[in-house]
Amino acid sequence: MSAPHVLVHEKKDTVGVVVVEGLKGGTDMLCVVTADDTSFNLPAKMDIPIGHKVALTDIKAGDTVWKYGQDIGKAVAAVAKGEHVHVHNVKTKRW
Amino acid sequence: MRNHVVILPLDDLSNAACEAVANNVKGTLALPHAYGRLQFGEDLDLHFRTLIGTGSNPNVAAVVVIGIEDQWTSRVVEGIAKTGKPVTGFGIEGTGDIMTIAKASRVAKDYVQWASERQREECDISELWISTKCGESDTTTGLSSCPTVGNMYDKLIPKGIYGVFGETSEITGAEHLCKARAATPEIGEKWFKIWKAYQDDVIEAHKTDDLSDSQPTKGNIAGGLTTIEEKALGNLEKIGRDCTFIDALIPAEAPAKGPGLYYMDTSSAAAECITLMAAAGYVVHTFPTGQGNVIGNPIVPVIKISGNPRTVRTMSEHIDLDVSGILRRDLTIPQAGDALIDMIVRTANGRLTAAEALGHREFVMTKLYRSA
Repeated sequence: MSAPHVLVHEKKDTVGVVVVEGLKGGTDMLCVVTADDTSFNLPAKMDIPIGHKVALTDIKAGDTVWKYGQDIGKAVAAVAKGEHVHVHNVKTKRW
Repeated sequence: MRNHVVILPLDDLSNAACEAVANNVKGTLALPHAYGRLQFGEDLDLHFRTLIGTGSNPNVAAVVVIGIEDQWTSRVVEGIAKTGKPVTGFGIEGTGDIMTIAKASRVAKDYVQWASERQREECDISELWISTKCGESDTTTGLSSCPTVGNMYDKLIPKGIYGVFGETSEITGAEHLCKARAATPEIGEKWFKIWKAYQDDVIEAHKTDDLSDSQPTKGNIAGGLTTIEEKALGNLEKIGRDCTFIDALIPAEAPAKGPGLYYMDTSSAAAECITLMAAAGYVVHTFPTGQGNVIGNPIVPVIKISGNPRTVRTMSEHIDLDVSGILRRDLTIPQAGDALIDMIVRTANGRLTAAEALGHREFVMTKLYRSA
């Protein structure tokens, strides 16, 4: 298998992590789920830096965001599949 | 693993004398710090536990203790002397810095020459005490370097090593998973009380807005981590898949329930955390980093592991083990765990870590509250 653009921890996750440098919008990203080694493809809607997250599905404001199969916070703005997910659209439920 | 001769100040006032002794006698190591005056109660107990624990660590061959007065200096000397290693104390009051430095330097010179003739003896890997804490984390730590440490623990804890993890505030968001990893429900409850007390007594009592300005850190956010929950879930990858922890320790408390994995109540600030783990007796530290934390410790070798290919390239002098192949899927986590075990063995045999070679000696005492 060629090197993935995105790694996803669990099947349930709604976000994945970009693991290549200089990812450009429009890239047909190879996404690998590390829990079971399955893969799928997803077009990137924008440039996303290495280590940052991409939405694997359309996320509505208020939705819980899932990573590691766990709740990592809530969306505070709508995010479309393939878009960058970070502090501008997701917040902690703590503190 | 190491054989340092430490010049240990009891208090901030004695740093100058300790540094002068370390300057006079090559091969000794002064550990200046900021505290030791007018502390009381639990905070004073922690101060003594940290100093005595540091001097008692197996990586320390002999200790010269210098304090402003004799009584507390003697308390540290007597605590370290229980290990059987050479230790002598000096009080400055009534003598002055210059005479104290002269007397302490003569003792330090004898110690360092004695220590220089000690030989390494082979021992089984099961005798190692290995701590962990990560820093400048990003999303790659949860995918690669933290699971590498977890895999090491899954392999070595069954062989009989002592392990420890901590970082109380950075388990927030994964506390349900952490509690479930306690060996018994009672240990889980003991752990949960520590975590909850930190939330209530420190965070709720002192926060002005929320902690989003410091947890996750700016470096974490630059690296792609968005929330404390996400950071905590990556953090907890360090304890692997199979291990359970057999006790929840207070800061700098030596583990007393035999071999196994322990939790210690620590700050998530790297230097404070590693200083406490070293004071509990851990002799080598495994440190996953994403964005490139440069931390070291004066007495414990800190092995840096990174899976972020950009960090491995741009900060290569700080990284002991490159596991970025995990992100490319050309290195598996079990292979990375084996590579880490190999690096731990090489470090035990004398290989200097990046942090040691670069002179990182961060020694930071944890303080619980203001002095009297």
